[in-house]
Amino acid sequence: MSATTKTPTVPEGRTASQASPVARLLGDRRLPVLVTAALFLAMYITGLGRYQNYGFTEPQVFLNLFIDNGYLLVAAVGATFVIMSGGIDLSVGSVIGFTTMFTAWMVERQGLPLLLVVPLALGVGAFGGFLMGYVIHNFEIQPFIVTLAGLFLFRGLCLVISKESISISDSSVSSLAQAQAQLGIGFLSIGAIVALVVLAVAFYVLHYTRFGRRVYAIGGNEQSALLMGLPMGGTKIAVYTVSGFCSALAGLLFMLYIQSGDPLHAVGMELDAIAAVVIGGTLLTGGSGYVLGTLFGVLVLGLIKSLIQFEGTLSSWWTKIATGVLLCAFILIQRAMTARKQT
Amino acid sequence: MSTPSVTTPSRWRALTHHHLFWPVAVLVALLLVNVPFTPDFFSIKMTDGHLYGSLVSIVLFGSPLILVAVGMTLVIATGGIDLSVGAVVAITGALTCSYISDQADQNALSGVFLAMGIGLVAAVVCGLWNGFLVARMGIQPIIATLIIMVAGRGVAQLITDGQIITINSEPYKLIGGGYWLTLPFSIFVVAAVVAVTVALTRRTALGLLVESVGGNAEASRLVGIRSMRIKIMVYMFCALCAGIAGLMISSNTSAADGNNAGLWIELDAILAVVIGGTSLLGGRFSIGGTVIGALVIQTLTTTIYTIGVPTQTNLVFKAVVVIVVCLLQSPKFRAKVFGAKGRGKTAAPAAPATPADAAPKMEVSR
Repeated sequence: MSATTKTPTVPEGRTASQASPVARLLGDRRLPVLVTAALFLAMYITGLGRYQNYGFTEPQVFLNLFIDNGYLLVAAVGATFVIMSGGIDLSVGSVIGFTTMFTAWMVERQGLPLLLVVPLALGVGAFGGFLMGYVIHNFEIQPFIVTLAGLFLFRGLCLVISKESISISDSSVSSLAQAQAQLGIGFLSIGAIVALVVLAVAFYVLHYTRFGRRVYAIGGNEQSALLMGLPMGGTKIAVYTVSGFCSALAGLLFMLYIQSGDPLHAVGMELDAIAAVVIGGTLLTGGSGYVLGTLFGVLVLGLIKSLIQFEGTLSSWWTKIATGVLLCAFILIQRAMTARKQT
Repeated sequence: MSTPSVTTPSRWRALTHHHLFWPVAVLVALLLVNVPFTPDFFSIKMTDGHLYGSLVSIVLFGSPLILVAVGMTLVIATGGIDLSVGAVVAITGALTCSYISDQADQNALSGVFLAMGIGLVAAVVCGLWNGFLVARMGIQPIIATLIIMVAGRGVAQLITDGQIITINSEPYKLIGGGYWLTLPFSIFVVAAVVAVTVALTRRTALGLLVESVGGNAEASRLVGIRSMRIKIMVYMFCALCAGIAGLMISSNTSAADGNNAGLWIELDAILAVVIGGTSLLGGRFSIGGTVIGALVIQTLTTTIYTIGVPTQTNLVFKAVVVIVVCLLQSPKFRAKVFGAKGRGKTAAPAAPATPADAAPKMEVSR
């Protein structure tokens, strides 16, 4: 990137055709997504070369990325909506933890059927998001602080339900968790399929519906969106509701994946979700990005984890360090892009 | 808080409009809540030449938070935010403790000072990095500091090798757990840091510069203020405060825990700053308010223990307090609930400016 950032000589690139190829490339909104996709491919190929004798070549290794990170993908999709609209949601991890706890408690301690508990859990998550959005919009308090309160509230509610973890032995849960969809080259779990469906729906909503356009518009410039007569309040509240819903759904998937409820599940997962969104190329100021980028962001994070597992000698904290380094690199790319647009 | 629209200036109104009124009111209310449950809440006993009492322990346990929050106040005053303080706390503690644990004589003063120096230098380097990203590269503060927040804990665990390093050093124990002149030593550290900060920001032009950078960085740059330098300095100061807090926390437990030291302290610190009345938009700050805000949070924790609320509802309680305090501070909420006339008007123009000045802030310091 050092070479590209040093090209301020382009005299005020008025139109894209006059600008140099470098400037045009940097001005392309798809660049971060492409970079992330390329990075993912490069990492995957490196993995193939390095661990081919350890079974990395199996297609199942690739499919496992979806199985092991399905919940993160769903949470990150929700976070994409919020970040695209120029906000931030810190309550993701807590809502996930709360959902696992809530479902486990309802199913195990109250003996309610899973079919009833699932919509209830989703409803609670969405309502939590709605409340936060309502407060953010109507009282003009910063999203950061409001969702921080949400973080405390949901984590606290986990502990109110129970201080100990509740393991789930319900037969319907375990059969769901073990269900596999054969794909010929491997299998996917229910969680992975749900995550992909959520991704597809989010893709459709963001790019092909009025609501999606509004999210982009508000993230791009709130004042202009307001002056254009877009329903700001409704959209903002809806965005946080979507995020709450996605977090709750991610919580259900996490519950399936881990088959227990624990008050300390998914602590700090909001950071993973935000990191995935940023690595996926969504601008944190809002208004620009692709939900497909989020998919690649999640896949890159997941691949780091599996590479570290295959390496064997590296410890888990390298995941954090690698995530931080990647975050830094992508933020700098974003910066180079926005700098070009402003000049 | 000048209110031109006030027609009947009364003393009460002047009092309620003082910027410290709400934080102090909350603190006093919280302290008073304790009295029915523990009648001797305010009494301070002298045992073994040390002072003991609820008030002393509130200050003692709250001191790392006060330190971090004071640093955070200045960062927020420049319109930024620093999420990395928790990680910096962990890194400082890890480095210092691992250096001390390698010493043959853990009680040697020179070794302890050197270890503390290493830890604090590492903290300042983290702050320099944050400041560089924010001021020089023009990255949104919340994102720039997210990098160290994520990677920093990994680094801290790398330093401690994933273990909890325990040490047995008398001089080091003094900072976070020792007593001096009958009071916990950490109170003196906090008092010194707060005094220096207040002196630097209110007795010199520095505070004014910080506020002007937070108000409008581009304008202040045009006026001739080196906003970039001020910003970098502020992040370094914040990291230094976090570093001292890291020394305190690791010294109090005589151990460095890369995973849990200072966990979520950034959220508590931001909360303390907000409760203290500093706007998250920058341009105005109150160190006194922050100290009171931090005390409010610590008192809240203590109160939850003393009045016998089950500890697991601690976080729910905290969430409720956060929401109530934020709602009380929101001009729009006050206007809606307490009547729209007069009061809300002074603060109202500030609110729509939120989205507007988010954009210009981005392109500053190119």
